[in-house]
Amino acid sequence: MPVTLLGLTFLIFFFTSFLSPYQLVSAYVTSPRELQAGNVDKIIEKYGLNQNFIFRYGRWIDGLVHGNFGWSLSLNEPVSKVLEQRFPATIELTIYAIIPVIFIGIWLGVVAASHHNGVIDQVLRVVALLGYSVPAFVLGLLLLFILYGVLGWLPPGRMDQWAQMIYYAKSFHHYTGIATLDALLNGRIWVFLDILKHLIDPVLTLSFLSIAGLLRITRSSMLESLGQDYIRTARAKGLSERVVVNKHAKRNALIPATTVAGLMFIGMLGGVIITETIFNYPGIGSFAAQAAEQFDYAGVLGVAVVFGIVTVIGNLIVDISYAIIDPRVRVG
Amino acid sequence: MLEWGDVNMERFIKIAKKIARNPTSLAGLLLVLFYVAIAIFAPFLAKPPYPDTPYQMPQSGWSAIPKPPSWQNPFGTTQGQYDLYYGIIWGTRTAFKVGIVVIGLALIIGLIVGTISAYFGGWVDEVLMRITDIFLAFPFLVGVIVIVAILGPGLNHVMWALVIFYWMTYARLIRGSVLEVKENQYVMAGRALGTPGYRIISRHILPNAIFPVIIQSSMDMATIPLMAAALSFLGLGAPVGYASWGQLVSFSRNWIVSSTGGNPFAYWYTIVFPSVAIVLYAMGWNLLGDALRDIFDPRMLI
Repeated sequence: MPVTLLGLTFLIFFFTSFLSPYQLVSAYVTSPRELQAGNVDKIIEKYGLNQNFIFRYGRWIDGLVHGNFGWSLSLNEPVSKVLEQRFPATIELTIYAIIPVIFIGIWLGVVAASHHNGVIDQVLRVVALLGYSVPAFVLGLLLLFILYGVLGWLPPGRMDQWAQMIYYAKSFHHYTGIATLDALLNGRIWVFLDILKHLIDPVLTLSFLSIAGLLRITRSSMLESLGQDYIRTARAKGLSERVVVNKHAKRNALIPATTVAGLMFIGMLGGVIITETIFNYPGIGSFAAQAAEQFDYAGVLGVAVVFGIVTVIGNLIVDISYAIIDPRVRVG
Repeated sequence: MLEWGDVNMERFIKIAKKIARNPTSLAGLLLVLFYVAIAIFAPFLAKPPYPDTPYQMPQSGWSAIPKPPSWQNPFGTTQGQYDLYYGIIWGTRTAFKVGIVVIGLALIIGLIVGTISAYFGGWVDEVLMRITDIFLAFPFLVGVIVIVAILGPGLNHVMWALVIFYWMTYARLIRGSVLEVKENQYVMAGRALGTPGYRIISRHILPNAIFPVIIQSSMDMATIPLMAAALSFLGLGAPVGYASWGQLVSFSRNWIVSSTGGNPFAYWYTIVFPSVAIVLYAMGWNLLGDALRDIFDPRMLI
């Protein structure tokens, strides 16, 4: 894992070597005052931006380790501060999105498999097909169109104006940075509900595709395990269909589904870029899109490092949980 | 043992017959053929006013406000008076261009890396797979955005970025498939006869290991152009006015979301036509991919 992390930072940094030193300056400075005219060449000199690749890489890693991610040109703030403020919002969104994915996805998969080729199965096939074929930006816009444009129910953004007044007031304590949790901890139930209301749209958009994916995986592994000999034995013993499905087939079918669910969580992290942009949700995904559009290299690099670290850790957790669920697998 | 010569016609007809027997598979095939026809006949379906720059959508006027469907603009015009019909027709070509170029290049890299990795094994395999892991340590879209940010926006840059962060899928798929095929007796027989390595790979291993890749690339013909469309939607893809479905959808955003006053359905055509084009396109390829999987890989009960 440390090798992957090092390789990852190396890879990101390698791409930046296509940029000129002048473009890279922003990834190093810590405040805009350093960027005054005539000073730029000094900064290039100071950080060795005209030096060789290995030297620059070492400098950059040194900065990352000390929490210096550079200056974000698009938001006029240090990147580390932006990430600190926005990362909890993204985590909040993905956690809310993964819960329905796991429960609904697996449940629908089991239902589809136990009604193999029946009406329910056919309907779910269409649902899965739609999940694969409707891209997030189309689904998100359609939801926004219907639920906000037509019905006026679910506005974009993080919370309403009045909730912001309370949320950003001095008396409001930001314990975790996760807005719904903070609102509850502060005893502000209406703020909590307002934030929740704003989360519905992005969560639907983000989870729909993954639900379809998990449905298909669960269904096929369920069908496979329903065809095993021990299922026939269980049926021959005279066990009820419910017990056969839930106790015998489902247990084994859930192993691949769990792995896929973990991978989906990682896949969702990529999806937040589009979802957050559609709904003006202030997480690191919308920041990444904005930074990329405005040539804010420091911002893009910072977000990429964070996403990379989360992905590597996520993969590790998937591997470990796989070994726990399935004793045949050993973590090597 | 299969060789490409024997495979071609006979096998192709067999596959086509199997697809035609299943209504959903047939629907997929027909949808894909429909879009292929649109892409091929684009110059006749929507005549470009300037033949040198056919991908540039013509503007009928300069007003920002979209106009509803009419004789002149069958699907209406979107923000900036770009003709929706023209954009969707030529956007089909853009989608195919992106899909074929990106998947083709990613496939070539994946074939080389995957085959070498599986055939030689040992430290070669170890090194190549570690490198693959590093590329896989990003969510796909994040990696792509880093590259696009560095190269600058534009369709060609988006295609490069997609290739750089997509070849790993094929490399892994081919590696696994080659590892399986490698154990067959006919490969050992080939070796025992002293057939050179490149010949064993090209004549005996690859033709038998390629089927999972065909299924995957059919699915990818849906996802990769959609990914490019998503980047256009974010303003990182094709330049303004370039015929691209993602851009048409992003144009509609300003016109369908204003909840205050007026009729919310007033500008429905700006979102409905491009969305339908995108969803049907993806659906066609996905159905075709499913059909191919049923035929080539009967183990998967999807």
